[in-house]
Amino acid sequence: MLLNIKNLHVAIDGKEIIRGLNLGVNKGEVHAIMGPNGTGKSTLAAAITGREGYEVTAGEIWYKGKNIVGWPAEERANEGIFLSFQYPVEIPGVSMTNFMRTAINAQREYRGLAPIPAADFLKMMDEKKRLVEIHEKLTNRSVNEGFSGGEKKKNEIFQMAMLEPTMAILDETDSGLDIDALKVVAKGVNQLRTSENAFIVITHYQRLLDLIVPDFVHVLFDGRIIKSGGRNLALELEEKGYEWIKQEHLI
Amino acid sequence: MDNNPNNNILEEVTSNEYKFGFFTDIETETAPVGLTEDTIRFISAKKEEPEWMLEFRLKAYRHWLTLTEPVWAHIKYPAINYQDIIFYAAPKRKKELSSLDEVDPELLDTFNKLGISLDEQKKLSGVAVDAVIDSVSVKTTFQDTLAKHGVIFCSFSEAVKNHPELIKKYMGSVVPYTDNYFAALNSAVFSDGSFCHIPKGVRCPLELSTYFRINAANTGQFERTLIVAEDNSYVSYMEGCTAPMRDENQLHAAIVEIVAMDNAEVKYSTVQNWYPGDKEGKGGVYNFVTKRGLCKGKNSKIAWTQVETGSAITWKYPSCVLMGDNSVGEFYSVAVTNHHQQADTGTKMIHIGKNTRSTIISKGISAGKSNNSYRGLVKILPGASSSRNFSQCDSLLLGDKCGAHTFPYIQANNESSIIEHEATTSKISEDQLFYCNQRGIDTEKAIGLIVNGYAREVLNKLPMEFAVEAQKLLSITLEGSVG
Repeated sequence: MLLNIKNLHVAIDGKEIIRGLNLGVNKGEVHAIMGPNGTGKSTLAAAITGREGYEVTAGEIWYKGKNIVGWPAEERANEGIFLSFQYPVEIPGVSMTNFMRTAINAQREYRGLAPIPAADFLKMMDEKKRLVEIHEKLTNRSVNEGFSGGEKKKNEIFQMAMLEPTMAILDETDSGLDIDALKVVAKGVNQLRTSENAFIVITHYQRLLDLIVPDFVHVLFDGRIIKSGGRNLALELEEKGYEWIKQEHLI
Repeated sequence: MDNNPNNNILEEVTSNEYKFGFFTDIETETAPVGLTEDTIRFISAKKEEPEWMLEFRLKAYRHWLTLTEPVWAHIKYPAINYQDIIFYAAPKRKKELSSLDEVDPELLDTFNKLGISLDEQKKLSGVAVDAVIDSVSVKTTFQDTLAKHGVIFCSFSEAVKNHPELIKKYMGSVVPYTDNYFAALNSAVFSDGSFCHIPKGVRCPLELSTYFRINAANTGQFERTLIVAEDNSYVSYMEGCTAPMRDENQLHAAIVEIVAMDNAEVKYSTVQNWYPGDKEGKGGVYNFVTKRGLCKGKNSKIAWTQVETGSAITWKYPSCVLMGDNSVGEFYSVAVTNHHQQADTGTKMIHIGKNTRSTIISKGISAGKSNNSYRGLVKILPGASSSRNFSQCDSLLLGDKCGAHTFPYIQANNESSIIEHEATTSKISEDQLFYCNQRGIDTEKAIGLIVNGYAREVLNKLPMEFAVEAQKLLSITLEGSVG
């Protein structure tokens, strides 16, 4: 199993948000995590990627056979865990090109490789830009500065394409996207799917899952996964809302 | 749990490596310690100066005796005992140098270690260098090439001997010895520095550069640079400096004067990396510098760009006096302080001529327990009609034990002028750091990246040869401000 989360408890400022979560992800799978607002979806993403301030109070996160709880965020990233941010961050004055080269070289250094030759890097940028249909000029601009909502999300997928993660987490990548941008993002993700990597797609809406078809759908409520199923579960949720599952859970 | 990583990080301060802290063991000839008229006569005699030069020094010295050290800057340091300082130190040499072969190999090696090649065969993409160690210039490269274009580039001492008429005319014309305490001191005891003169209509074919190195112990460095750009000329000048790591503080008090005539343009770039002291604040260079440019002619332009990363104390305000109509003054600055460093730096833009314009972009970065102040004056005189100034002063704080201060002074004496002042203070956000971490970039590298991005506007103004060095320096200076 690529990622195996066992009885995870996560607290922010002493307040427990994730309360005994279990999730197993194999290579080649796409898992969708759905659920109402405030149930811990983004907290889960933060805990897997090692954000400071998200304290794992109990449980384990096994990734590639190692418990990564306590690992610094950059080490997890360099081991192939990637997060597509719900709110991508602006870094004024740092060009996307420079940012990406720094990231690629950090990853290469971690893996004992020499820095990427400039020509190879530029070729790689061109290829990946085409993949997510992002504008040539976007990479000359500062990281996310002055990008539209759609451009920011496409830029996340572009970075994912560049870094070629093993475990990618998309945190509400569909929010704020119009249907055209959504199609581009989904197309990018689908092209990156292989039998060697896996995706966790966090979303509120079925519409993304029409485009990125999941193998499993989980409903997160009150810090736990309360129901899992195939892609039909997402359709059922779209039709009936979350209320019936909450009721089922409370009984 | 403390959620602000800036705080956590700063708790875990590691050591800050100063890469230029070595000392070269060379035989040095020094003046007796302390300062009297005899010291000045000693320096003047050592340099075989004409009588008028000695007179200038003595006048400055007598004036200095009447002054007291200024206390208005936002810096704190123990009183300097001027009788404990050696005011002249020079590597011993046997005879006049005529070729590189005769420069002490130890000195060549010293400059090689600093990345400064004095070998013209290995020239660095079009840069002529004047290398100054302690009180003397050891070598100026490419003088012949420059002479073909009529450009004079030599040590100040040589200029006193070979071009006395130019020195007499311009020395002290922009920064008189009466200007301030440290200017008076420098005028009395200055040892060497660079002189350059660009004749009418000449665009200087090389970047000119002076590299200052303090080597000897207990020694002050008092250099003096004079740049004169005649009508329709252009020159870009760069200055770099380093010093060995020592436990005691060392004094550096320099003067730079620039004169730009009609349509002339001078770009002056500095990367200041004097030893900043250790992380407990022990040692380091006291850097008290008076830099001023006079836009004397119409349409002339002087631009100062500085990257200040070194020194325990920095006190410096590269300024422009915009006398000629339509003249332009620019000041671009990045000042970084870490550990116990203190910087009080900024500029003065004095608008005298009509339609004069000035731009000030100042980026302060404070880390550790340091204090970083911007102090700037924009003064528009009654005759400077339709003049404009734009100032932007940004401060970036790393951690919560450092200080950032802004002291802008604005005096506008006519109604047709426009002055704009913008200021921001920010911190590196936790979101930015996590975003970088999530892409595999560790926090130290992330801070280097974010800080370089923040300073981009200023770094872009540096000549290519300097820009890469300056970027590295910014990251190195902040190494150890994170864990």
